[in-house]
Amino acid sequence: MQRPLAPRRLAVVSASAVAAALLLSACQTGPAASTGGQLEATDDGTTVTMWTRSATSDYTQALVDAYNDSHENQVELTVVPFDAYQQKVASAAGAGQLPDIVSSDVVFTPDYVTKGLFRDLTAEIDALPFADDLAEGHIAVGTSADGKKYAVPHDIDLSAVFYNKVLFEKAGLDPDSPPTDLPGWFEAAKAIDGVEGADGFYFGGNCGGCMLFTTWPSIWADGGEVLNDDGTEADLDTDTAGSVYDQYRTAWEDGLAPEAAQTETGATFGTAFGTGQIGWQVLGATAYGTYPKSDTLDVGIAPVPGIDGGESTFLGGDTLSIASTSEKAAAAWDFLSWTIGDEAQIDVVAKSGALPSRTDLADNEYSEADPNVAELSRLVSVGQTPVSAAFGSTFNDANGPWTAYVRNQVFGDAAERGADNDAISAALSQ
Amino acid sequence: MVTLAAPPDATPRTTRRSRAGTSAHLAEQRRTGLLFAAPTALVVGVVFVLPLGLLFWMSLNDWPLIGVSKPNWGANFAGLSDPLFVKAAGFTLVYTIVTTVVLSAIALGLALLIQQARPGTALYRTAFFIPAAIGISSSALIFYGLYTQPTSGLNELLATFGIGPVAWIATPAGAFWSTLLLVIWRFSGFFMLILLTGLQAIPDEVYEAARVDGAGPMRTFWSVTVPLLRPSLALMLILSVTGSVLAFDQFYVLTSGGPDNSTVTLVIALYRKAFVQYDLGTAAALSVVVLAFLLVLNLAQFALLRRDNTK
Repeated sequence: MQRPLAPRRLAVVSASAVAAALLLSACQTGPAASTGGQLEATDDGTTVTMWTRSATSDYTQALVDAYNDSHENQVELTVVPFDAYQQKVASAAGAGQLPDIVSSDVVFTPDYVTKGLFRDLTAEIDALPFADDLAEGHIAVGTSADGKKYAVPHDIDLSAVFYNKVLFEKAGLDPDSPPTDLPGWFEAAKAIDGVEGADGFYFGGNCGGCMLFTTWPSIWADGGEVLNDDGTEADLDTDTAGSVYDQYRTAWEDGLAPEAAQTETGATFGTAFGTGQIGWQVLGATAYGTYPKSDTLDVGIAPVPGIDGGESTFLGGDTLSIASTSEKAAAAWDFLSWTIGDEAQIDVVAKSGALPSRTDLADNEYSEADPNVAELSRLVSVGQTPVSAAFGSTFNDANGPWTAYVRNQVFGDAAERGADNDAISAALSQ
Repeated sequence: MVTLAAPPDATPRTTRRSRAGTSAHLAEQRRTGLLFAAPTALVVGVVFVLPLGLLFWMSLNDWPLIGVSKPNWGANFAGLSDPLFVKAAGFTLVYTIVTTVVLSAIALGLALLIQQARPGTALYRTAFFIPAAIGISSSALIFYGLYTQPTSGLNELLATFGIGPVAWIATPAGAFWSTLLLVIWRFSGFFMLILLTGLQAIPDEVYEAARVDGAGPMRTFWSVTVPLLRPSLALMLILSVTGSVLAFDQFYVLTSGGPDNSTVTLVIALYRKAFVQYDLGTAAALSVVVLAFLLVLNLAQFALLRRDNTK
């Protein structure tokens, strides 16, 4: 049997508990406020640290390698699995341990800006000779409510219909004039589904992030909206949205997609298309370089249309910021400003088949050589980037209301649309 | 006359000295003991007691992932009524019961099968144990590919026996049994090894005595093998129940808690609260409840399984 604690020992234990509580409280402090003063880009052999997410790391790595080869400064890049990136950034911010440079998915940038993770770069960005040519959507997500700028554009990712010209030909369709409305794409899927060993189309049926990337452009193309202006309410209980999902539902029920589409969590989202057995799929521009031309796959790119035609795209990608806690901000700014300069944008970015993050460089020698890249560059101007402080916790939540909405619309009880929309609004306003 | 006599106070003095010496020696021993225990105590303190203290403190605070926390004294425990958490608790309970029963039966069967040294036994032992050497997440990813990729050939293989096509993880029931299949594949070899050690510790004489007394195979199994295997069975059950209540990786990779939240476990619900919704306070409160539940469950299991069966 345990003896009750003697008074002296009790006092020691109590004091320890109080000390521990104080210590634990001290463990959690908010990020430090950024220091003022305009930065002078400095290349003096400083080593700066940087984090990026795995989904777009090839792009970032190419820029880092080119910078390290040509500069005294060295950037140490750490690639974090994309689905653990938010947690890692948030935990590190809480502990004051962010790297000097943080790459951030554009949908999360507003949240990080609000929470004071980044250094104010307004003066530095405005002083750039090409400040007005930087991708507008990316600058917007990195701008706070009081107009201060905290981020520069990094990679531009946008959704587009990737279609397999080889299968189009086999199905008797013209690969050079792809459909221009959503029903047209599903008719093409039906024709391709008849080809031996092929499936009409593919989508990520159990992946919230994949589904908004795939379907929201169709709603926008039809003139609909998905969120209110400040991102606190969902606007998905509309016939415009309902009709778009009904198209997917009908195509799914007709068996035009492989069964794996229903359970796709995002883990193998781009794999099926790469096999050359899928007619079309809405994919991101950064995936373009991963589908080299072969006997079974020849990629064509088209904008995502609505039911009545039109075109739109989910303008995603990443921004770059300097952590408010960084003590090497001048060297970090040297890297940031270099990545959006002419040399890096043309010789590294455009050369690799990716999209420049400056509108004045959209037309370049590399985009002229590949009509697909030219088409992707053109789409930047028709895209939208939804802004909400609760975007990640609402839409990238595998067990949250958005996944429930989209699964009900495509596989389950479509009549739940109103209730599911309310649940999304409730999550957005939290 | 010279008499030799011991001084009258010699003995008591010696005793006093010896008592003082013993007590100094004991104090010395205590200090040495404390010094020996200090490194372990320090490690336990840093990696167990301090985080546990942090967990309790977090559970009493509104604790966002970024920003400053403030005490809300227990308001976080309202998270217990979150419909997803309630659903997850029910699912985890069913999963724990089914997994433990099925896994125990299969592990015991395998252990009995390879207990005797016969030609090829070593090969079987290795084959059954190999999956335990693969990480759970990696195993889950392998099974994800097997279940969902048309090129895996699993459904084609079953079709040759006239089975299927099976919608592996597309339906709630399918997702449950598909995950169970993965868990059996991954863990039965490990539990088999635990039981095998127990089986081989049973002396042959006991079986001989049972045979002499005329006991048949079933009677021998229930009256000799099972009672003498109790310590190994206890260990296996505690590992299986604790592991099942804390199940995360296999569901996170294979189903993400889907389809339609049908396979959300307690830990997935906790993870979501902490790292998707960034509400560390509520997640900590729910963790405290899960911890308390596990503690009670393990104490009950210990009490039941460690009971002296000779009485």
